[in-house]
Amino acid sequence: MIRLKVNGSARQFDGEPDMPLLWYLRDVIELTGTKYGCGIAQCGACTVHIDGKAARACITPMKEVAGKSVVTIEGLSVKGDHPVQRAWRELNVPQCGYCQSGQMMQAAALLKEKPKPTDKDIYDVMSGNICRCGTYQRIRAAVKLAANSRNHARPATGTADQNGGRV
Amino acid sequence: MSRQTVTIVSRRGFLEGIFSAGALVLASRILPQTAEAATTVDESAWHPSVYVGLEPDGRVIIVAHRSEMGTGIRTALPMVVADELEADWNRVSIQQATGNRKYGDQNTDGSTSITSFFQPMREAGATARMMLVSAAAAKWNVPASECAAKNHEILHTPSGRKFGYGELVAAAATQPVPKKDELKFKPSSEYRYIGKDIPVTDLDQILTGKAIYGIDAKAPGMVYASIERCPVIGGKLKSVDDAEARKVPGVLQTAIIDPFKPPYMFQPLGGVAVIANNTWAAMQGRKKLKPEWEFGPGASYDSAAYKDELKQATRVAGRVERNAGDVDAAFAKGAKTHEADYYVPHLAHAEMEPPTAVAQFQDGKVTAWTATQDPQQVQTTVARVLGIKSNDVTCYVTLLGGGFGRKSKPDYVAEAAVLSKQLGGKPVKVVWSREDDIRFDYFHFPAWMYLKAALDEKGRPTAWLGRSAYPPMVQGLNTPQNGYLGSMGWQDIPWDIPNIRTENGKAAAHVRIGWLRSVANIPHAFAVHSFVDELAALANRDRVEYLLDLLGPDRIVEMGRSRGRGSRPNPYALDTARTRRALETVAEQSGWAKKKSGNGTGYGIAVHRSFLSYIATVVQVEVDHGRVTIPRVDTVVDAGLVVHPDRVKAQFEGAAVFGAGIAMMSEITAENGRIAQSNFNNYMVQRIGQAPETHVTIIGTDNPPAGVGEPGVPPMAPAIANAIFAATGKRIRELPVKKQLA
Repeated sequence: MIRLKVNGSARQFDGEPDMPLLWYLRDVIELTGTKYGCGIAQCGACTVHIDGKAARACITPMKEVAGKSVVTIEGLSVKGDHPVQRAWRELNVPQCGYCQSGQMMQAAALLKEKPKPTDKDIYDVMSGNICRCGTYQRIRAAVKLAANSRNHARPATGTADQNGGRV
Repeated sequence: MSRQTVTIVSRRGFLEGIFSAGALVLASRILPQTAEAATTVDESAWHPSVYVGLEPDGRVIIVAHRSEMGTGIRTALPMVVADELEADWNRVSIQQATGNRKYGDQNTDGSTSITSFFQPMREAGATARMMLVSAAAAKWNVPASECAAKNHEILHTPSGRKFGYGELVAAAATQPVPKKDELKFKPSSEYRYIGKDIPVTDLDQILTGKAIYGIDAKAPGMVYASIERCPVIGGKLKSVDDAEARKVPGVLQTAIIDPFKPPYMFQPLGGVAVIANNTWAAMQGRKKLKPEWEFGPGASYDSAAYKDELKQATRVAGRVERNAGDVDAAFAKGAKTHEADYYVPHLAHAEMEPPTAVAQFQDGKVTAWTATQDPQQVQTTVARVLGIKSNDVTCYVTLLGGGFGRKSKPDYVAEAAVLSKQLGGKPVKVVWSREDDIRFDYFHFPAWMYLKAALDEKGRPTAWLGRSAYPPMVQGLNTPQNGYLGSMGWQDIPWDIPNIRTENGKAAAHVRIGWLRSVANIPHAFAVHSFVDELAALANRDRVEYLLDLLGPDRIVEMGRSRGRGSRPNPYALDTARTRRALETVAEQSGWAKKKSGNGTGYGIAVHRSFLSYIATVVQVEVDHGRVTIPRVDTVVDAGLVVHPDRVKAQFEGAAVFGAGIAMMSEITAENGRIAQSNFNNYMVQRIGQAPETHVTIIGTDNPPAGVGEPGVPPMAPAIANAIFAATGKRIRELPVKKQLA
């Protein structure tokens, strides 16, 4: 029996311990916001947070998330208003939208590590996330916009983050 | 008498329950299935609409009949209806249509959604508005001319009395339907949505992970399938040992899918399906299958050798597409000539969401839930494969995680339907792995192009010969055929040259071939706009000045009958004044006159018309020890009237990335009939650090709306190649560039 938290809720899994987290999220507990794109950690569509760090769910077996806390796009914020989501909305980043869960989860993790990322930081950290629609220049701009709004929002609200400090 | 009728529908009886009982629905439609068919339709007839309904509670329901794969079409076409209807956007509900011929063409392909449906959507909105006005006028017993529609209300102007739209639904349903020639449209100055950047309807769902794509569809009792296919296209299963596969936890059974009967079209490839209670178990079980295949003639396919076959096909006369003046006589005069060959390889779509479908076969009928660009083709294909009627196939359309042409081809939906039938009616979800997607794609065709020009003393061409060769799309295998795609940037060149002949040679397909975003414009634009850059270089002239000279006097270029999408009768004839304006505008925007190429920095330009839009692009490259970066792209767009400027800009930003990926790095190769690439680790696409910053300018015009989804792609490869030449003196004649500079 594997125990874990998903978006703050306690879960138990007694299936195959080698099953990737991606398929547990999608097929077992039906959180389909996390997407399949390649299965070999080449595209980033399946990016989630495991104990606050960005990870590729497609190559993370369930046995490795025992006792850990997983956050998916559905849990990034309660009201869909994480600074990254707000910036993505403000700049109309998505086209087809399929890769954007992974893009936003990766960006949220980046901003946690580096609140004021440079272009190089953005390229280094976001280059594992493919967008075939080619929304990259808006992603770049939205990461910076989110960084600015976070940096301004923090002292004003006095809270750690928009989503209860999970990220 | 109008052909249109107003129908009060039951909840289940119409549009699969989109509208409630008591809704006003403008029912019936006849629209041309294709642009080519347009000429045979009686233009005086009123072809009304099934795209809009009004609920008694005041909600306006607009049916989105085209597929959403990121262009914003699920928002843009409803905006047009809502605008003419004077509807309050906050009270508009958008419903996705199932596949049904009553909507007209639903194949969301060829950049035709706004081009073909801007006017029908206006007609739908105007019809409903005029019936509401008539209903209010009747209730007040005043002339309709004293009444006006404004923001979801009908106002009696002299008295200030008002009715909300919901209050008028029942009365409006009894009003006569205006004939087409009686419809009154808003002047463009009164547009309230058209031309405005309204957030796309799916934005919040996408941002919170709630948007439903094909891969997210589920049905009660659904099982999951992963399919092992013959690595060689056209091969057949001899036998399979599935004992180990069936031992994998979660695996329920295996099932055989029969191979296609030629031509392959959109039929399943055939293979062995592993059925399981989750996707991963199905994929794991599949790895344990031990199939034996009869590979067939496709096993000798080698893309490197094939490249030479294509070249040889351009060394002999081909089928003549366009023939103006006398090219042979011009060449015989002994003028200076220049010739060059260009090659573009196989490409894969690699849309982020691989092909996926859920289907259920019950009582001789199929219900499918899938990400498709063409739900009517789903009906047709599934019906043919299962031997049922297309009306007995219901196709629900989810959001698409990218399409680029791949999802017009519903082989994956037919696979799910075949399996559901074999499983006694259980719903089956077929999920293609990325490896399946790359290896079994309908590949973009490799193309060889040979160009030859005779030049006058100023370096201006007096004769132009173009010969192309590429395998046919979605036809038979292993039989040489012509390609019929000359109208996509090969014969429809805008240059003012007295003698022009273009030809197409025959070539055979050895893998499945299909269209990819901008189709034949990709190789044709690469060759044509590289070649004119070579001619300009030979003449030692500024590129913009040379291209303007080559365009000649403003005129409409008549090319006679042409085939394929992207070519339409007037008012969409090739207007070189628009080409010129796009070129001049991009030169100005990019600061062309002040740009100095050399020492590793280069600027390249291409102007190309496709899908009825005129696009001019300037690319800046930096080349450092063979490593190319693309810091900036300037693109100017004349797509006629634009409904949603921000989404149009987004299409061209994305097309710059897509086009740069094709130019720089993407290539599919085949050896012994097997595709050598399999995933994003070896099929290379652009990532964020490689993506250019693209500056898009839309030239606003009153011309009819034209395509925007694809035409940003074709100018990219030649503009990049020309920029590399300007930076380094090295001429790129084969893609991808990466291989050439290695």
